[in-house]
Amino acid sequence: MSLAVPALRINLSRDDLIMRAGVVAFVGVLLLIVGLPLWALLAKGFEDRNGNYVGVANYISYFSTPALFNSALNSFHVAAVCTAIVVPLSFLYAYALTRAVLPGRWLFQGISLIPIFAPSLLPGLALVYLFGNQGFFKGLMGGSIYGFDGIVIAQVFYCFPHATMIMVTALATADARLYEAADALGASKIRVFFTVTLPGAKYGLISAALVVFTLVITDFGIAKVIGGNFNVLATDVYKQVIGQQNFSMGAVVGMVLLAPAALAFIVDRLVQRKQVALLTARAVPLIPKPKFGRDLFFTLFCTLVSAGILAILGMAIWGSLIKYWPYNLSLTLANYDFANFDANGWESYFNSLRMALGAAIAGTALMFVGAWLNEKTRGFGAVRSIVQLLAFLPMAVPGIVLGLGYIFFFNAPNNPLNFLYATMAILVINTVAHFYTVGHLTATTALKQIDPEFESVSASLKVPIWKTFFRVTVPICLPAVLDIAIYLFVNAMTTVSSVIFLYAPDTKLASVAAVNIEEAGTTAAAAALCVVIVITSAAVKALHLLADRFLFARLQAWRKR
Amino acid sequence: MGKTSILRRVVLAGATVLAATGFGGNAWAQKTKLTVYTAIENEQLEPFKKAFEADNPTIEIAWVRDSTGVVTAKLIAEKDNPRADVIWGLAASSIGLFASLGMIEPYTPAGAAALKPMFKSGKTPETWVGMDAYLAVLCFNTAEAAKGKKAKPTSWADLTKPEYKDSIVMPNPASSGTGYLTVAGWLTIMGEDAGWKFMDALHQNVAQYLHSGSAPCVQAAKGERLMGIGFDMRGATEKTKGAPIDLIVPKEGLGWEMEVTAIMKGTKNLAAAKKLADYSSSLKANEMYGKYYAIVANPAVKSMPANYPPDGEKMMAKMDVEWMAKNRDRILAEWTKRYDGKSAPKAK
Repeated sequence: MSLAVPALRINLSRDDLIMRAGVVAFVGVLLLIVGLPLWALLAKGFEDRNGNYVGVANYISYFSTPALFNSALNSFHVAAVCTAIVVPLSFLYAYALTRAVLPGRWLFQGISLIPIFAPSLLPGLALVYLFGNQGFFKGLMGGSIYGFDGIVIAQVFYCFPHATMIMVTALATADARLYEAADALGASKIRVFFTVTLPGAKYGLISAALVVFTLVITDFGIAKVIGGNFNVLATDVYKQVIGQQNFSMGAVVGMVLLAPAALAFIVDRLVQRKQVALLTARAVPLIPKPKFGRDLFFTLFCTLVSAGILAILGMAIWGSLIKYWPYNLSLTLANYDFANFDANGWESYFNSLRMALGAAIAGTALMFVGAWLNEKTRGFGAVRSIVQLLAFLPMAVPGIVLGLGYIFFFNAPNNPLNFLYATMAILVINTVAHFYTVGHLTATTALKQIDPEFESVSASLKVPIWKTFFRVTVPICLPAVLDIAIYLFVNAMTTVSSVIFLYAPDTKLASVAAVNIEEAGTTAAAAALCVVIVITSAAVKALHLLADRFLFARLQAWRKR
Repeated sequence: MGKTSILRRVVLAGATVLAATGFGGNAWAQKTKLTVYTAIENEQLEPFKKAFEADNPTIEIAWVRDSTGVVTAKLIAEKDNPRADVIWGLAASSIGLFASLGMIEPYTPAGAAALKPMFKSGKTPETWVGMDAYLAVLCFNTAEAAKGKKAKPTSWADLTKPEYKDSIVMPNPASSGTGYLTVAGWLTIMGEDAGWKFMDALHQNVAQYLHSGSAPCVQAAKGERLMGIGFDMRGATEKTKGAPIDLIVPKEGLGWEMEVTAIMKGTKNLAAAKKLADYSSSLKANEMYGKYYAIVANPAVKSMPANYPPDGEKMMAKMDVEWMAKNRDRILAEWTKRYDGKSAPKAK
């Protein structure tokens, strides 16, 4: 790792120059899709409603409102509780998937992802069906589902796959030789866990914690449906922007919401410095061997978690078939005839498919190449920090803020890119930008686990760096690349808060239609559309798992001894 | 075979994305495409479009529809480079805001003279012309009331009775236009002092302040709450679908808002936009509004869609739209200070 640093002081090779040019170009792209649109809105925090510059007056008036402090406290409280629940849960689940021998492992892996397939409306609706005032199990909830408890349950459901995905990537790439050595030295299982497993997964653990924390802080959809009177920062943004069209104040709250992202960025920098490549060129992949007690425990654990996820999904499916909740529980398929509830009918579903496909292809290429440029460029620390910062921002930005920023930036009369506005392309770009962080983290985590020796050897053999990229890096990281593509696809199918400002008459999306349908009171039809979205994403994921198993297994064969 | 067809599909879908993004545009030049922003209900989009296009075969409507708050925010954000030609069906208060920002092209549509005065902006030429009015009524779930042996309220004052503790939902005026007109309605009917005193008492019984004007009546309809204060049309449609609710017009009177039509300044299709504005004020269009709303702009239309309270129009408060706009920030700040600053509805 440290070999590279002294060399670079002497002179820069052609590869170095190409890589640096690539990083600079990449910074340009991130500025266009994240930095500038965001600034276009956040700058309004320093203006009054008529666009006159007022300095920090809006901040002063906001910080002197007691309601803010209360919302901020609530946001941090709920985010901290969710993080404390989700991170250990997803670690154990990912550990089971990667380090234990589970019967039906593929099924457990698939089920763990279901929440990510669902629009955030779905857990909200399902929880109301289950624990609401007319719910089947309302007695089980001590109090009302509306409020803190409801938000926590729905957020844990919603964040679980995000964290699990990061943890699986972190735990999947382990060097079996370390475990063999530990075994040979007679280290106890617990000692091995704390000295080999945990340090190896540290980067993933911290990433997962940061992702969950910021997801909870910025999500508005769940708080809206099930939050009751529990005010959070994301609801404050909604009130200012949608309720009162006060973009200045919305920008102020949006800026406050960036604080966790800044924190995440600093923590990430600190952790990264200590991260060591796990998968050295001589590494041997770890294949778990059957062990009865451990496997039984993890099978039970995964069954329990899966049952919880399936209960919520199952309730939504049942709800989508009910005629008129709760007074007429007879079943019907009429709720799936979307033309009765939305003028676009099924059309918005096909728009969603096209948008999701576009985002998956364009976004994965951008994220992986970008993360690779950023990881493998030697030196150039300052510019690479900018990349890291820009890649972290989207996670902390509420969709409302990003969506409005896109209007201000891409619809500006003097922006040469304004031909993109009101097209499918802007929805694709916006979605890639909105979900940039997790894709970037996944790519970075995967890339970090590759020994830089690969590049050093290539360089000494005078193999151009892009050849190494296509021949070594991409094949090794193919599982992560596919994970990113699927992640983008499924999020594009469900995203609402940002694209709701950007769709044009012929590009309305299913996720937006579901929210509109729910607002019109036809809860069952909204649930039905959510179910269709879940099934679509689940089918795509199933294809991915099959491909992974039969097609790409060959590409990963070199890892086996 | 399997692999190639997947590959082909990916390529095809990729091409579709390109086609949709790059070349979706003005392929059909002979029809004028009018971009119309609206917040009317989903089920009205298709009939409204068809009716207008039948009379104006050279014009095609492309809807951009979302909730009032989203459409209003979007229009303001697009101010420097407007994308909408016409607004057909958005709250008058939103259009008032646009007019003050210089976003509206004044035009008095043919047929405006026949409309009730309250449904016009009063300017010459008009900045906007009204279509229909909606009320913030009380949706009361009779099935749940029977279970809990709760009496049916007839006035706003009744809502402060202890028997309704935690059983009322209403929209949060800071997030919903319907919420604001409800609160402004109370302040208008009762006067400021008595109005705030009433809300203090009501607050004891409010289970939750929701973020939308439709949600309260929907929650009441589904028995999630005993009653909701909200948008009348939503309550009427839920009742038609079989919900055990009654729509109550409290005897003190109530707040209301109207849906209006206006032309965007800078539209490239001004002639077609005027055609739509003319159509929107026509008797024919008003009859169409009357299929969905009990109160419409043209006094000649005497329709009463199913399940609306019959006496709504008489009970409309004398709302001063300009006062409402001017005092909005002050009222919302006061409201937020009193009721929104804490996580649970407790004594002030």
